[in-house]
Amino acid sequence: MEIYLYLALFSPLAGSLFAALFGASPRTKIAGIVPSFLLFVSFVSSTVLLTHILSGGDIVQVEMMTWMATGDLYIPFGFVVDQVSVTMMMVVTVVSTVVHIYSIGYMDHDKGFNRFFSYLSAFVFSMMVLVMSDNFAGLFIGWEGVGLCSWLLIGFWYHKESATWAANEAFIMNRIADLGMLIGIFLVYWNTGTLQYAEAFAAMGDLDTEILTWMGIFLFIGAMGKSAQFPLHTWLADAMEGPTPVSALIHAATMVTAGVYLVVRANPLYDLIPHVGLFIASLGAFVALFAASMALVNRDMKRIIAYSTLSQLGYMFVAAGLGAYWVALFHLMAHAFFKALLFLGAGNVMHAMHDELDPFKMGGLKKAMKWTFIMMTLASVALAGIYPFAGFFSKDLILEVAMIEHHYIIYSVLLFTAGLTAFYSFRLVALIFHGEERYKLFGVHPHEAYKFMLIAMSPLLILAIIAGSFKMTYFEMVTAVLPATEYHVHSAVTYWIMTIGTQVFVILAIAFAYKKYANSSVQVPDGTSVMENRFCYKVLSNQYYIPYFFEEYLVKPYRELSTVFWKQVDLKVVDATVDGIAKAIYGTGEKTRGMQSGNLSTMLKWMVAGTVALLSLAVVFGLAVRYSGEIKTILSGLGVQ
Amino acid sequence: MEIGLNHYLVLSTILFAIGLVGVMRRKNLLLLFFATEILLNSVNIAFAAISHYYGDLTGQMFAFFVIAIAASEVAVGLGLLIVWHKRHGKIDLDQMSTMKG
Repeated sequence: MEIYLYLALFSPLAGSLFAALFGASPRTKIAGIVPSFLLFVSFVSSTVLLTHILSGGDIVQVEMMTWMATGDLYIPFGFVVDQVSVTMMMVVTVVSTVVHIYSIGYMDHDKGFNRFFSYLSAFVFSMMVLVMSDNFAGLFIGWEGVGLCSWLLIGFWYHKESATWAANEAFIMNRIADLGMLIGIFLVYWNTGTLQYAEAFAAMGDLDTEILTWMGIFLFIGAMGKSAQFPLHTWLADAMEGPTPVSALIHAATMVTAGVYLVVRANPLYDLIPHVGLFIASLGAFVALFAASMALVNRDMKRIIAYSTLSQLGYMFVAAGLGAYWVALFHLMAHAFFKALLFLGAGNVMHAMHDELDPFKMGGLKKAMKWTFIMMTLASVALAGIYPFAGFFSKDLILEVAMIEHHYIIYSVLLFTAGLTAFYSFRLVALIFHGEERYKLFGVHPHEAYKFMLIAMSPLLILAIIAGSFKMTYFEMVTAVLPATEYHVHSAVTYWIMTIGTQVFVILAIAFAYKKYANSSVQVPDGTSVMENRFCYKVLSNQYYIPYFFEEYLVKPYRELSTVFWKQVDLKVVDATVDGIAKAIYGTGEKTRGMQSGNLSTMLKWMVAGTVALLSLAVVFGLAVRYSGEIKTILSGLGVQ
Repeated sequence: MEIGLNHYLVLSTILFAIGLVGVMRRKNLLLLFFATEILLNSVNIAFAAISHYYGDLTGQMFAFFVIAIAASEVAVGLGLLIVWHKRHGKIDLDQMSTMKG
């Protein structure tokens, strides 16, 4: 089995290096095909490992080599394929294979085609390291690796100012959170003496709750950055500057769920500190509502989907925080499929509309883009959580968890958010595909994407529809390592009221979205309508003024402080010191040049002067040594020791 | 008055000072050699006197060495001096400044 583990892990790396060979040469199809094929290899290997684990095989654990061994610290490059990591591996490889093949079509006309595949495969490799590592150090390498690749890919079109800005924002925000994560890892090592998951978690049972709380909080800060939880969420929406396949793979399906994975992986820790778990769940519920509300009024197709991702990540954290780790992981999986599909569909629309992102300028695209329309509608249905699509099984389960754990406030927030989710998803679908063909005003001639791109998307479509049916198989598998709490509402009546109530609520929200946005009276907003001038619309469309707040109260003061430090400290102290040393040496050289006149007579005079100086010194020292006793007496008389 | 070690040493010091002033002041290369010779011989006097004072021959042997080396040095120096004079017609130290930095 080890060979499959290595294949799954290193195929993406090979693909990345292969594409990197063509980094400087013009676009070649092979730079896209080979990495895609190697990812398919990785996917097949992951499937083999999955069947191995499913058929009751042992956990595959390898220690490739020693990484660090100093004193008591021993960190190997160790990898483990257990029930949790194999789930993540499947999600990562399925979505990334689809996205790679899709990108061959999507990036078709881009000059950076080869470079793109190199980055994308490198990302997949980092993500695989992240999920397969059997210790915190390996996890951290993967964690930083995905952060780096995310930076490279958000800023892929680096000639655009906004793209580089967004890339830096994402990287810096993640760095802030990574500091927390690093402190968490230090705490783990300090208190348990090891970074291996199994040993560290086993040792945690004997530790103080206070220490465990700090560990939990700091590790969660890392998760907050990667999974874009409030208040570190602004980077995710701005990350939509990157190419759309990147958004689908990194900022919807895989990297942003790394935070959830971390909490799930550290479940023995979070089980010991339920108060931190409750905080995570509350923050998750807040983010779910908060992000959904911003998606309601946004006029950027990709940002709407990004907020929806944020909102769904909130759901996952609710489940993870309440101890329903397998539910969180299940929603992570289901979400990855339909959200990636939604993004890829949005990519098709963008291509058809020549990179137009405002859905108000589209409308009626269902005729021109039948398949994209069907896929995005089904993905939205899955996201809204309509039976029997994937979202129904995973998202409703989180609602049930909140109910059963008696967190009624969280439950109501999540239920309300489910309605919002349905509304904004179908607002988007209605605006893009239904109503008048408003795009004609802008002289665009939309066309459907390449057929192979649509075919590449189809596995995600199928998974978005049927992922719910894996629930029991999945449950039996992962509960070998995760707490096996089954969540059943006690009375059947309550269960049916809840389920049907949620469904009706969601369907009403969809109907409302269609009624409002699918008719022919929708106009391109010009900032004059009554709704746009309402206070709450402005608050929402400005993202609660949080980016403004960051800019005004964090970035600007920081920039001013930097200017002060640059002008006062750097120029006047540091530079002045260094320059001063150099100037002193130069000056001495200039002044003493006259000595080197080349005149033998002058030189002889200097020589004599030197001899005299040295002799005098020798005499002085000699006298000092001879009369040291007397000198000491005089000095002590003067009070000098 | 008996002539003692101190007299020799005073003589040596005076000669050394004369030589030193000569080295510093002379502009003629030939006279510079004279001044060097005075310096060396002042040291020889000191060596011989101290050697006699201690009854140890090492100092006198050292003086012989100095004489031998001074002779060969002057031989080389005079050779160079003649070449220089043939080329430039002068042996003025102030003219020899090709090593100016």
